[in-house]
Amino acid sequence: MISMNKLKRLLGIVWILLAIACAYFGITDFGWPKVAHPKGNDDLVFGIIILFVLMPIIVGGLLKFGIYAIQGLYDEE
Amino acid sequence: MASESKGLWKIIGASSLGTLIEWYDFYIFGSLATVISTKFFPSDNPTAAFLATLATFAAGFVVRPFGALFFGRLGDLIGRKYTFMVTLLLMGGATFLIGCVPSYESIGFMAPVLVLLLRLLQGLALGGEYGGAATYVAEHAPANKRGYWTSWIQTTATVGLFVSLLVIMLTRMALSKEDFNEWGWRVPFWVSIIMVAVSYFIRKKMGESPLFAKVKAEGHLSKNPLKESFGNKANFKYVLLALFGATMGQGVVWYTGQFYAMSFIEKICMVDKMQSDVLIAIALLMGTPFFLVFGALSDKIGRKKIMLAGMLLAVFCYRPIYEKMYQTVSIKNKVEIVSKQNTKLSFVINPKTNLRDSVYTTNYYYQDGAEKTDVKTIFLMYKGKGIVTSKEEIKASIIVNNSDKWTLIWMVFIQVLFVTMVYGPIAAFLVELFPTNIRYTSMSLPYHIGNGVFGGLLPAVAVYLATKANDANSLAESAGQQLPYDKPYLEGLWYPIIVSGVCFIIGMVYINSKHKHIDD
Repeated sequence: MISMNKLKRLLGIVWILLAIACAYFGITDFGWPKVAHPKGNDDLVFGIIILFVLMPIIVGGLLKFGIYAIQGLYDEE
Repeated sequence: MASESKGLWKIIGASSLGTLIEWYDFYIFGSLATVISTKFFPSDNPTAAFLATLATFAAGFVVRPFGALFFGRLGDLIGRKYTFMVTLLLMGGATFLIGCVPSYESIGFMAPVLVLLLRLLQGLALGGEYGGAATYVAEHAPANKRGYWTSWIQTTATVGLFVSLLVIMLTRMALSKEDFNEWGWRVPFWVSIIMVAVSYFIRKKMGESPLFAKVKAEGHLSKNPLKESFGNKANFKYVLLALFGATMGQGVVWYTGQFYAMSFIEKICMVDKMQSDVLIAIALLMGTPFFLVFGALSDKIGRKKIMLAGMLLAVFCYRPIYEKMYQTVSIKNKVEIVSKQNTKLSFVINPKTNLRDSVYTTNYYYQDGAEKTDVKTIFLMYKGKGIVTSKEEIKASIIVNNSDKWTLIWMVFIQVLFVTMVYGPIAAFLVELFPTNIRYTSMSLPYHIGNGVFGGLLPAVAVYLATKANDANSLAESAGQQLPYDKPYLEGLWYPIIVSGVCFIIGMVYINSKHKHIDD
């Protein structure tokens, strides 16, 4: 049976992939269209916040979290 | 023992009152947004409208995490007590001054600029307040009651919303509509300074947190809390865990239960504004004591189990709950008494055009006692030398019967229960993750990113998803194809469902539920 520590490390790969998927959809589907073709002020500000606030936090944070998990930083002794 | 308990109540009272006032200050801006926009941000001026958008978004999403960093650092360097007194004064001062800023008509562009700056100060102060209050209470509380004592702080966000609505309602009742719109809207802002003064003097008498005082006396204060919190892998991994395994899910569950439910009932179900306010207020009132229940329960069975159970329930229950709310109100499920239907025509003078617009008010009555009102306004405008019909606007509102009203109340109450499960124990959970010398900084940031960014963006993301589904359905309909979305009104829920689901898995796998000591 797979141990908890192994599961934590394996899931690290999932978080990295999730970060990449978020970056792709967040920028191409969500953020950039709103900045490039805004339908008003709300849309533009919303797009800027998605691109420059939400995306860095989700993508950067999840990437780092995944790397830490793979490195075994969350392992229980 | 009795005096120790009395002392703790004083600490809880002083901390909670200040935090409640900060939430009050933060909410009155939102609750009075319509009046404020007419006074400071005229919609026919694009720059002012842009500033209004910035004031709405930036204070909640961008500035709050900065406030967490700035005041968190200060709290770990000079102490919890002084820092959360500064945030209180900053918030109270900014709120009072918003109530004093002359209107756009009087001072032009300076008015929206000043309001925007003061609103940003409010966001900054809010970012610093919560971590200070939670840390201060947790560092006083006995280990076996930390969840219960800190859950009092957790009630303040909901109670603050109540108090803001209450003060605004009382002001409206005391003044005529004209007086309220002219100057009365400023009163709730001015009231803040009295509440802040009372809270300031109560807090001033309190001592410093014993754990912080001990660390300070031993010379173990952090020299650079920001670097030690976020530059040190051993601590930063817990910051990430707090964000992705707890506050991210908590933030979206909180916003769904308290704000998205309100917006769904008003805008999607089209329930009459007054009735929806009342039913939300009842559900919130019924749910608020459960913050304390789950806070206390977390002392017995652990924080992790309760928070994650709240997220999991949210994941599986949101769609059935919202479907039930939608179907409860939907007139498709009601039988109309056609003989009672009536339409009245009235006229109003449009202040912008000075022309007489026609208003058709049609009332529909249903067998179950529900009523629907459609107000169709036909606007007129000049074109060249003639007058033309410019556009039609139809506003519908539904008043449901008592039984349906209670169905809606229970549906919102269930969501508030999820909120209390994830939010009640979270202060104790965050406090227990980090060491005393960098606790304020380390816990404030994930909390405000989780709530301010992930939670705060929920309405905008949910509306985006629902609009996308509606647009796709309209396209398919016009092309004579099968509709891609069966229930487009539920599409917005995917955001809280996915975020809570991911947060649940991370929390389940990575959070250690062993009991924590916070006295290092």
